[in-house]
Amino acid sequence: MSAPRTLFDKIWDAHVVDVSSDGLSVIYADRLLIMEMQPQAFEGLRRAGLKVRRPDRVLGVMDHVIPTGPRDEEIADPVSRMIVEQAYKDYEEFGVELLDLVDPRQGIVHVIGPEQGFTLPGVTLFCGDSHTATHGAFGAFAMGIGTSEVEHILATQTLRIAKPKSMRISVNGKLPIGCTGKDIILAIIGAIGTAGGTGHVIEFAGQAICDLSMEGRMTVSNMTIEAGARAGMIAPDEKTFAYVKGRPRAPEGAVWDQAVAYWKTLPTDAGAVFDKEVELDAAEIAPQVTWGTNPEEVAPITGVVPDPKDATNEDRRRMMQRSLDYMDLKPGMAIADVTIDRAFIGSCTNSRIEDLEAAATVVRGRHVADGVEAMVVPGSGLIKREAETRGLDKVFIEAGFEWREPGCSMCIAMNGDFIQPGQRCASTSNRNFEGRQGRGGRTHLASPAMVAAAAVTGHFVDVRQLATQDNE
Amino acid sequence: MDKFNTLNGVAAPMDMINIDTDKIIPKLHLRTIKRTGLGKVLFEEMRFEPDGSEKPDFILNKEPYRNAKIIVAGDNFGCGSSREHAPWALLDFGIRSVISTSFADIFYNNCFKNGILPIRVTKAQLDALMADAKDVENPELTVDLVNMEIRRPNGVTVPFELDAFRRECLLGGLDDIGLTMQKKDNIDSYETQQQQSQPWL
Repeated sequence: MSAPRTLFDKIWDAHVVDVSSDGLSVIYADRLLIMEMQPQAFEGLRRAGLKVRRPDRVLGVMDHVIPTGPRDEEIADPVSRMIVEQAYKDYEEFGVELLDLVDPRQGIVHVIGPEQGFTLPGVTLFCGDSHTATHGAFGAFAMGIGTSEVEHILATQTLRIAKPKSMRISVNGKLPIGCTGKDIILAIIGAIGTAGGTGHVIEFAGQAICDLSMEGRMTVSNMTIEAGARAGMIAPDEKTFAYVKGRPRAPEGAVWDQAVAYWKTLPTDAGAVFDKEVELDAAEIAPQVTWGTNPEEVAPITGVVPDPKDATNEDRRRMMQRSLDYMDLKPGMAIADVTIDRAFIGSCTNSRIEDLEAAATVVRGRHVADGVEAMVVPGSGLIKREAETRGLDKVFIEAGFEWREPGCSMCIAMNGDFIQPGQRCASTSNRNFEGRQGRGGRTHLASPAMVAAAAVTGHFVDVRQLATQDNE
Repeated sequence: MDKFNTLNGVAAPMDMINIDTDKIIPKLHLRTIKRTGLGKVLFEEMRFEPDGSEKPDFILNKEPYRNAKIIVAGDNFGCGSSREHAPWALLDFGIRSVISTSFADIFYNNCFKNGILPIRVTKAQLDALMADAKDVENPELTVDLVNMEIRRPNGVTVPFELDAFRRECLLGGLDDIGLTMQKKDNIDSYETQQQQSQPWL
């Protein structure tokens, strides 16, 4: 009988092509997702006279630089247009399938991978984007890589890496009503820090994780990178199989049964040992809002902006002070007193149908507060269409939100959607770094319901209280 | 990729933790089809005012650090995105080595693909090297990959570790795609086996 193994061990072991004595292994890449930001990878192939080894294992999209206005308009920005045109050329020259700008399935790479059934349990999946961790929600080993590593996979369908360490984060018990996957992951990052997962693959476990929908699990796994980890993973279960079944690229018939039988063997064995274990009590999680300039600088909506003088060391104290100066906040200020100028609902973290439903539930019958600009950017064309079928677009538009075409948009703010210096934005995205949403802009990360609540009240508010008001 | 053997040069102190990739190179500059020319926008928002003028207090705007070849930085350097533009910008500026107590994983890997050596040291070692770098009279360090040590201005050496594969690639300026292509037979047989065991892939 072999020793108990973790979910990650099993996937790793099944993908080792070659182990050398130098500490790095050659790992097979089942899937590569590619977007328009890596023209240098194709240029590298061209210069070396190489081909794409397995174009059938590669799917190309466009999401980062593309405007979120009407798709029949030419891209006005000449630099963005050049990047998109180059991607069209590269994908065609190297035989990579592309879901292009006018394709109804177009969207954010980490939304459409799962949506198309390109993402499956048990696979290794890579993409030149740090939020590739999203796909780990399906029980895959999914990791963000750099452009040279993308080139390496295009040429060899493998990656040369050292096996990461393992960590399990168990979120035990039931999550309180009004809290979401976003609140779980922000609370985790707040607890372990932005470098808490460095060098590790994190498996998320526990009842609160199992209870999440696939959308919620994707949100949790998506932000694993914000804790510094190589990848996030969640054991595949019946919910996972139900989500995957019938997707365009999912297996069918007898092969489906064979695949499910294999996927059922993947969850971590009892007694498997992790390098590190962390436990959280879900009942203690409240809706989270970041107050600083990295995702670990987070507080519950019921809390206050902390005081740098309480920092655990001098490095942290200086970091906190820099964050407060940049964010123009004072220690002791209630999070619920922080007012906003902008609200953004979108990104690979929170742009799926469940996210839009949660936001719409808050927005319905209300209006965006005076002085606040708010926008919704669905994660894909299919989500946008589904939302429109459900009438969510009307809810948002009538409330004063803009309703846009899919893309990364104001999460990374390189497509023309950005906030002005000094503006404060409630955002469902994943990074609150200085300048992330526009130079001098201030980002507060929160769940879709919390951002919607901030949009309609003009300040952060406990969405659970807002719901109570409705009932009175 | 240029070989890396021994590097001697000015070390710039960046005594701040969590220097993220958005700080190293803001996103608008990711819209390029080249790997070169990004040195002028390295640390753009910390280094320049919105009108493009230099911020005089920023370390790389001061002598002798304008010619820095090494950065000594606080914990968790390079956290955030996978953008390889971060090491490309460092390299284009002239930085060939970064020393810190820890690096974000993707950034760390990206460095080796571009002939940059990231070195992990202990907090006590970092404090000493940071103090060396802050000495404007003599902020030069020597990074010796052959002997795996950093030589300080006072003659004291700080040893460091690195896996053999990456060390060989840096020393030889080797392209790892070429090395992996030599494993073609292993990859072929892996694919054959996978086609049988997981026909749905």
